[in-house]
Amino acid sequence: MKATTREFKDNARAALADVGLQTALEKMETGFVVNRANAAAKLPEFEALRDQGRDIKNHTLENLDFYLEAFEAKVQEAGGHVHWAATSEEARNIILDICRSVDAKTVTKGKSMIAEEIGLNDFLEENGIAPIETDLGEYIIQLRNEPPSHIIAPAIHVSKSEVADAFHEAHTELDPGRNLDEPQALLDEARAMLRQKYIDADVGITGANYLIAETGSSVIVTNEGNGDLTQTLPKIHIAVASLEKVVPTLEDATALLRLLARSATGQEFSSYTTFSTGPRRSQDPDGPEQYHVVLLDNGRANLLGTEVRDVMRCIRCGACMNHCPVYSSVGGHAYGWVYPGPIGSVLTPTLIGVEEARHLPNASTFCGRCESVCPMRIPLPKLMRHYREKAFEEKLSPVTERAGLGLWAFFARRPSLYRWSTGLIISVLGVLGRRRGRFRSLPFTKGWTQYRDLPAPRGQSFQQQWAARSGRRTLGT
Amino acid sequence: MTSSRDAILGRLRNSLGRDIDGEDAHGEPSARLDKHPRGIIPARVNRDRGRQKELFVEMAAAVATTVDRVETADFVPGAVGDFLARHNLGADIRMAPDDRLSEIDWSKRPTLAITSGPSAGNDEVSVTAAFAAIAETGTLLLHSGPSSPTTLNFLPENHIVVLRASQIVGAYEDAWDQLRAAGKMPRAVNLITGPSRTGDIEQTIMLGAHGPRRLHIILVEDD
Repeated sequence: MKATTREFKDNARAALADVGLQTALEKMETGFVVNRANAAAKLPEFEALRDQGRDIKNHTLENLDFYLEAFEAKVQEAGGHVHWAATSEEARNIILDICRSVDAKTVTKGKSMIAEEIGLNDFLEENGIAPIETDLGEYIIQLRNEPPSHIIAPAIHVSKSEVADAFHEAHTELDPGRNLDEPQALLDEARAMLRQKYIDADVGITGANYLIAETGSSVIVTNEGNGDLTQTLPKIHIAVASLEKVVPTLEDATALLRLLARSATGQEFSSYTTFSTGPRRSQDPDGPEQYHVVLLDNGRANLLGTEVRDVMRCIRCGACMNHCPVYSSVGGHAYGWVYPGPIGSVLTPTLIGVEEARHLPNASTFCGRCESVCPMRIPLPKLMRHYREKAFEEKLSPVTERAGLGLWAFFARRPSLYRWSTGLIISVLGVLGRRRGRFRSLPFTKGWTQYRDLPAPRGQSFQQQWAARSGRRTLGT
Repeated sequence: MTSSRDAILGRLRNSLGRDIDGEDAHGEPSARLDKHPRGIIPARVNRDRGRQKELFVEMAAAVATTVDRVETADFVPGAVGDFLARHNLGADIRMAPDDRLSEIDWSKRPTLAITSGPSAGNDEVSVTAAFAAIAETGTLLLHSGPSSPTTLNFLPENHIVVLRASQIVGAYEDAWDQLRAAGKMPRAVNLITGPSRTGDIEQTIMLGAHGPRRLHIILVEDD
């Protein structure tokens, strides 16, 4: 997928002016946010489970080489294959080779963020293989030819009438006059259209929420059951997963599963959690004849030794974006690559570079809501700050921004000069703005006054008031 | 030329500051795989068996699973017939070739047209047997094997599961222990919590996305 993260500011401006998108995003606060809070409140152990989840992931990352080799051995023992891919390109080619080994014409796909990361669909199409997304949200955005805007609700930005338009355009074999006003009619149509495609597909590709070293299993979590049809019906099942998806045991996977659905949708548990271990056994009446796991590195192994290692604990629940005021305002597409929201603001510079993704760590108010809901307790604001500093050190930000920061730093390092000059500015602005009480425009403040007036200061600066109160809290006295 | 496998493992060990062969630090993870220690288990499952059963029924109902409680397996054919009648479904059912189902006397409901085996996608109703059920979240554990085709769990629009009360455990971990005791990990282990659902169109929750629209449990109270 081609990144447009460099255009974040333009993307964000366009998103803010998009009425349909704003309506869609408003529903998030009453949906995901309330549901998560209720689910967490219903489980008294929830906070302790978050600590435990963090510890399990930290332990696993600390021993990632061991657990990956253990996983590989178990997959092979069960008759499956493990392929190691250093880069996206290598992963794509491994998958293509497997598809070609059975002359695959169509491939069904369960929802996979790693498949998005490696740009799998376009690549398969270029090579004459038709990928068919089966998750309802992914199916909708595939028809609309756009990327997901949320990691668990890929079509969250699309209205039902837009879905109806896409279905009318794509399903030309159906009666053009049919009524698609209600979501249920849309769901029924998608279900009917995809049914035969599951059965006809030569290869089924899924992601993996976890890989289990103890058993050699890949685990998918879905509500629709599309992932299960994808991995059960074709001759070949390919699971594509990044290195850090491995966990030691069934018990460890369970500990994380107790957090995943509650954090993501506010469900106690998703409808379908499936553990796949190897291909069909000799007496089995169904299941794939071949089972492959593609393990993607794409820079992650090097990350382990750096200060952003914590981001590898992520279980892709989406809670950080559901609770983010920036994501809630601009939606996922503005972020310009695969992973949006706070996790995207850390993962994107990590995976495609700070230069490309310089704006994303700045797409935060540092309110800290993301960290407060992250089930893996990833310190997202701290990691965004890390990339802000890195962008500054590498001189990636514009000269004016750097000069402004330099000027501020000059004063900040000289407290008495800082106090004196802020006091001066406050009193000058106070006098100038006395009549109207606000400013419509001022030199150097366009970023603010473009959108709203700047209130005129009254009285003294904060530090002057603080000093006058002898540094004591005097509120309410 | 080094393979990607070696290159990736080499980078991992380098990042982790490990010796090249990586053997030194692995006593603890190796023991973890052998002993699979349990972590925190929600206190809600700490109750006697009878109350675990009630928790299971309550949690299952909360996710739109319907539960029909019968005293013995003799009542299962009648319960299946009643379910079909209630939803205006035909008499055809596709059943798993499972001893726990075939030992039931289906002649008690002679109108049922029963066939056995996996589903090819044109069955309206399937009947399968559960391996275990988890009270914590109202979850069924089914697994693949010669007598339990996976397709029956996902392709038909209506999925009926015959569960015995004695199969209900408290937490997922209890089910893992039973699975380990039964032998090697089956190809597919399905944890099923309610019927298929989606919220992908304007966050409206709808049932029957790609899997079954209805999940119906016939609970045989053999305890």
